[in-house]
Parts: sequence; C-alpha cells; structure tokens
Amino acid sequence: MCTLEKRGNLFILTLTGDSDDDHRLNPALLATILSSLREAKSQATRGAVLITTSQGKFFSNGFDLGWPESAKRLHQMVQSFQPIVAELISLPMPTIAVVQGHAAAAGFALALCHDYVLMRSDKGVLYMSEVDLGLPLPEYFGVLFRAKVGSVSARRDVLLGGMKIRGAEAVRLGIVDGVHEGEEEVKEAGMRLGEELGNRKWDGGVYGEMRKGLYPELCGVLGLEVGKPVLPTL
Amino acid sequence: MCTLEKRGDFFILTLTGENDDHRLSPTLIAAVLSALREAKSQATRGSVLITTSQGKFFSNGFDLGWARSAATPSDAFLRLHQMVESFRPIVAELISLPMPTVAVVQGHAAAAGFGLALSHDYVFMRSDRGVLYMSEVDLGLPFPDYFSVLFRAKLGSIAARRDVLLRGTKVRGAEAVKLGIVDGAYDGEEKVKGAGMQLAEKLASRKWNGEIYKEIRKSLYPELCAILGLEVDKPALSKL
Repeated sequence: MCTLEKRGNLFILTLTGDSDDDHRLNPALLATILSSLREAKSQATRGAVLITTSQGKFFSNGFDLGWPESAKRLHQMVQSFQPIVAELISLPMPTIAVVQGHAAAAGFALALCHDYVLMRSDKGVLYMSEVDLGLPLPEYFGVLFRAKVGSVSARRDVLLGGMKIRGAEAVRLGIVDGVHEGEEEVKEAGMRLGEELGNRKWDGGVYGEMRKGLYPELCGVLGLEVGKPVLPTL
Repeated sequence: MCTLEKRGDFFILTLTGENDDHRLSPTLIAAVLSALREAKSQATRGSVLITTSQGKFFSNGFDLGWARSAATPSDAFLRLHQMVESFRPIVAELISLPMPTVAVVQGHAAAAGFGLALSHDYVFMRSDRGVLYMSEVDLGLPFPDYFSVLFRAKLGSIAARRDVLLRGTKVRGAEAVKLGIVDGAYDGEEKVKGAGMQLAEKLASRKWNGEIYKEIRKSLYPELCAILGLEVDKPALSKL
C-alpha cells in the first residue's frame, strides 16, 4: 500500500509493492495516502519536506479501473482523490514527487500536485490516458493541469493529444523540474533537493498559504480558502 | 464560398476561390457555420476536420468593404457588429467540435481570419509565404471581447500576445513557430497541405471518442467557453 517514514526533516511517502505493482489509486490506497499526508501535516515543523515516490516500474497508473466496472465506482475514486490534491496544495511544507516510473492519469496528476517533480530520463513516461480511454476528465484535473503546466501547446499535447512523455521531453515542456538516469539517481536527487529545501527552515504555515496563492483557481475548485491570515513570526 | 468534402475520416473545409481573399462576409460566415454543423452531425470516432483555403490568402478577416458601403457611418458600424456577432458561433462550434481540428494556413491570415485559424487545435502555415497579422490596432478597430479571450487562451507567451495584438506585428512562418503560435511551418503549399494531412492521419488513427475529446478541449479553455456561452458538460461514463 504505502508507508510514511521520517528521515530527519524529510517525510518520505512511498507507494509500496513489488516491481510490477502499478500502484493503482484504489479506494484503500487513496485512504492510506490521505491519512499519511494528514499525519505528515500534524508532525510538520520548520524545515520539514515531503518526498513522494513509489517502488518499481510504475509511479502510479491512475485509478483502479479494474475494480468493479461502473461509473459510480470511478466517480467515488475521483471524489476521494480530490482531498489528496487539496492536502498537497495546502501542505505546510515543500513537496517533491520523485517519479521513478510511469505516471498515468490520476498518477500523473498526483505527481503534478507536488511543488517539484523529478523523473527518470532512462525509463518511464507521463501520460494522460483519458482521451484514449474515452474517459471524461474530472473538472479539478483540468484546473490542476492548467495551473501547473504553463505552456498552452503542452497542455494540448498532454490532455488532448494523449502524448506519452519521456523525461527529456517533460523537462523541455516545463512539466518536470529535472531528470536523472536510473532509479537510485533520481531518488538521491530527490533527497538532495529535500535537504536543500529543508535547510531553508521555512515557516510551513506561511509556505502553505503562499503556495495556495499561486493557484487560486485550483484552490477555488477544491474549496480551499485562500488568504487566511497567518501570524508570521517576526 | 466554401466546400465541405469528406475524404475517408477527414472533413476538409475549403474556402474556395484562387483569387479571393476569403473575406468573412455574412454569406461566407453562414456557409462556414453550416459546414461545421454538417461535419459535427456526421462525426464518428476518428473524424478530423481540416480547414484550408485557396490562393494567396487563408482569410483576410471581416468584409470591411461591405461594412463601409453602408448608407451611414452608424449603419457601417452595425454591419461590422453583425459580422462580429455571427462569427462568434463559428468559434464556439470549433471549440466544441467533437473531433480534432487542423488549420492549414496556406496564405495570409489577418484579423478574424487569424482568429479562425487559432480556433483550431493544430495550426500549420507556410514558411516561404504568408503572414499572420492582427490588423485591428492599425485599422483602429477595437477587438470583440471573445477575440482577446481567444488570443489569450491560445497564445501562451505574454510577449507574443503583446506583439501580435498591441503591436500589429506581421508574423511569418518561422517566427510563428518560435512564438508558439503555430505548430509547424513548411516551405510551399504542397508541403503544408501534406503536413496537415499527415497530422490528420495520425490524429484519426487514435479513434478518439468525439464527445470526450470535445469536453477535454473545452476544459483547456474555460474562459473562452464562458465568453462564448459554452457550458461544460459532464458526459455519461458509458464504459470504462
């Protein structure tokens, strides 16, 4: 399922499983991720950083479509994923997604919810499969992609064109912040970035509010209040 | 005026007339609108729309000559307003067309003609001839509200928006690619039409569900949908 580990200042959320596990966001995994994020939030201190990663060939292959087929079940997962997006957008600490494998649909969205996204250059693609599967895009997905992917043509290529994007292209399109060759390398890069950000010892409350202020439309659709006064430590 | 031809999966909308600058007059606007609705009514999985013209111009915008030939200045203004308002549903049809759309800009595209091209998912133009030009600033004509929203939706670069809309830059193929306005520029009419067909084939082969495709497209451009009065539908999840 998933584990939450504390290593110094770093909260490491890992979607666990053998190397073929595609970490489908089924209701059980969604619930565990949400509770892990809330756990990290409750233990947040200055300098805390969240790193989210997985094990194996997949970061996450999206919602569990193999679960009893019905529109209602998919709708339930769409509904349960929304609070995860909300938690990540309001988390009182910097967040890094270390995408060590394929990230598709809601799995790609999960990665994009993080402040920084690293992926592998040698393996793995980012892919919004909905157009190919003939699945409608949840409204907050569209808003998330518009908030996080600046390029108009990249948004079209990703969402409308169903493009499978490898590391180098993802950097070029401005979707990820860096690529590294190999699973060890990308995880190490994630830890290094985590330490660097942690050393800034940012006030998490202020950080979270600033992040929300960057994505007002996304906060709107998620029902997140923006501009709540935070008492800074002067 | 214009023709709509079905070639396999493709709907090819052509503004006809080799020596024409394809002014978007009320008649041409009505013909284009009905062609788009015809294509929509015949849409199946794998359908693609390709829009192009004949001759030196893709389209030179609204028929200002017709507007100016009105009896009084205020009638002239009403004629322009009529064209602006009747072009709005064309943009709305293109933004909500249940199939991918490709504009093959084989000649100059100015003002509403440029707007017409930009309303497509993919735009190719020539590198050897033809410019994209928003002439309004030079003509002293204000933008219809939906034009500004269309350009902001489709042109990501702030500097490009300023150069195109505020500076009246005439943008040639290579520059248009660099500014992110078009997806490719090709040397010669044959090559740009070939590129358009090749892309259309790739898009058609994906056999996308047109209703889903249309809703995903609309979600890319929410402000444009709002100003065009396009509601965002939630299509039924018919199968997983």
